[in-house]
Amino acid sequence: MSEEGKKLYVKIHATEDMKKLMTDYYIQAKTAPGTEKKICWITSGGPVEFLIAMDVIPVYPENHGAMCGASRTSVQLAEVAEEMGFSRDLCSYARLDIGQAVTGGGPIGGLPRPDFLLCCNNICGTVLKWYEHVSRYYDVPMFFFDTPFIHKETKEHALEYVRKQCVDLIEFLEKQTGKEFSEEKFAEVALKSVEAVDLWKRVLSTAEHKPSPLTCFDAFIHMAPIVTLRGTQQVVDYYRLLLAEMEERIEKGISAVPDERFRLVWDNIPIWYEMRNLGNLFASRGACLVADTYTSAWAVDIRVDEPLKSMADAYTKVYLNISIDLMVEQVISLIERFDADGLVMHSNRSCKPYSLGQYDIARMVTERTGKPVAIIEADMTDSRAYSEAQVRERIEAFLESLES
Amino acid sequence: MRVAGVDIGSLTAKAVMLEDGEIIGKSLVMTGHNSRLAGRRALDLALKEAGFPEDAIQNIVATGYGRLSIDFPAEQVTEITCHARGAHKIVPDAHTVIDLGGQDSKAIALDDSGRVVDFVMNDKCAAGTGRFLEVMAHALEIGIENLGEASLQSEEPAPISSVCTVFAESEVISRIAEGVSKVDIAAGIHQAIASRIYAMAARIPLKERFVMTGGVAKNIGVVKALESKFKTSFVVPPEPQHVGALGAAIIAAERASVKS
Ligand code: SF4
Repeated sequence: MSEEGKKLYVKIHATEDMKKLMTDYYIQAKTAPGTEKKICWITSGGPVEFLIAMDVIPVYPENHGAMCGASRTSVQLAEVAEEMGFSRDLCSYARLDIGQAVTGGGPIGGLPRPDFLLCCNNICGTVLKWYEHVSRYYDVPMFFFDTPFIHKETKEHALEYVRKQCVDLIEFLEKQTGKEFSEEKFAEVALKSVEAVDLWKRVLSTAEHKPSPLTCFDAFIHMAPIVTLRGTQQVVDYYRLLLAEMEERIEKGISAVPDERFRLVWDNIPIWYEMRNLGNLFASRGACLVADTYTSAWAVDIRVDEPLKSMADAYTKVYLNISIDLMVEQVISLIERFDADGLVMHSNRSCKPYSLGQYDIARMVTERTGKPVAIIEADMTDSRAYSEAQVRERIEAFLESLES
Repeated sequence: MRVAGVDIGSLTAKAVMLEDGEIIGKSLVMTGHNSRLAGRRALDLALKEAGFPEDAIQNIVATGYGRLSIDFPAEQVTEITCHARGAHKIVPDAHTVIDLGGQDSKAIALDDSGRVVDFVMNDKCAAGTGRFLEVMAHALEIGIENLGEASLQSEEPAPISSVCTVFAESEVISRIAEGVSKVDIAAGIHQAIASRIYAMAARIPLKERFVMTGGVAKNIGVVKALESKFKTSFVVPPEPQHVGALGAAIIAAERASVKS
């Protein structure tokens, strides 16, 4: 493996700004308890715009989980939950979060205590049980936002069901914060969210260019603001900056991976503790991961004329809440749009909704596009389920087969 | 042109020396705990057999899990590509290679020209590998080299439901305690391996002809069990353990001629 710590793909200057943005955000969140600012823990696919509009600080255990994974502190936290009796088969984000609540461990010394919780099941069913545990542990109320699974198309009655929950959520937040919901403020936040999402989509689209100015290993890092803080002005500003840098790269002919020879699509959550090494492995062979199914999940559309209905629609349609047939369509459209040579799937032991069906998806994608697929087995933060030599072997063999 | 291929696996390290496409030296040593030394010893032994010094070699390709820790200059290529190339050389119309090595198992689909079109590996688990068979042979108190022949005498293979090495071992022990004959247990073990390998291999396109490589191919019981499970016959090269090293040597020759 190439030297630890040295990145073979080109560094993005905006990274510093993002680090500052995220640091400020975590400092604000960590210092909120004891002030009048309320903290709400929210699942990664949850409708954060309501929280921002109510001036509540959203805290994302999953984003924190990624940080613990990247800093390689996740296993020790997960072990705490395992000692408490939680199964090793449980999602490692859930395990490490349960562990960090007890020990205050991890790269930022633990998450701030929540005042209430917002749990949306558009990503999985695990979050419900996980958040119920958190709710009991901290003795705080939880709002459960239920998004029906989409098999073929979104049904009108399902949308109405979700829209009504938006109304209930507003009521819940008013009660928890003691403040009144302002439609005006919400419209403002929704507008900014739309703008940030649009910029983020444009950032990701720059990878359509050959050679690509961006790899998904960059996108995994730079997605943090769109996940956590969309709806705020800083995020809009940040993605403007990032987009400008990517456009400048295209103009100057700078590619993310030196001598791009292969273009690949990535599926599933990153392997956080191995990102740098994997990024380097692909880069050393001239392979650029030009798109992925993960970062594009935060490209939700909200229409300002019908904010609640369009939000209901957007939050119901996320990648993990749709059938395999619809997933296949999305993967194929990424392969076509980014003119990719193949697909790399991370079979993630933690995330069942993401990983179940991957072998079928792989087969269907190959049948329809003729593009090869490599499946690697790992876990997003539990490195005990990862074997470096073996994953490397698979990836290298895959790249060799593309070469011949 | 003289080239070498060195395949450093988890259990054994192999080297093959080619002169103008002909094998003129080969070797096989135990890997032990030091794969760097094992690679070196395999190379030296093959050189000795070929009868020429290391600097007479124009190019070397190293493969296998130990390929990153060698002390001689070599290009590195994965076992998948090397096994495919080696099998294609020995059996030009091979389209499926089943490789059962010391600690992993693979199935590789080839196109007409021997290129890899798809592959699957089972590397998390010892089931079906040389290590698995070693544990089973030990539990049965049969020498590993006799396990295959012994199982052929079975008339009623004992079903072994688990392919997990740990569970299968205790299952074997309880079968012995129940008084089931060793040959029937051995045959049951081979059937369990065959089912396991089939389930893995079925994920890639399976096409005639089938070639089996790796050390486990020397176990006739496993070969027969695979043949009945896959409902086809397998070609087993005379030296199945050397196929990866042979492929590596062939690639070394190709790359050397591109360079020169
Ligand atoms: S199971 Fe998957 S979607 Fe659910 S919390 Fe874990 S990683 Fe997220």
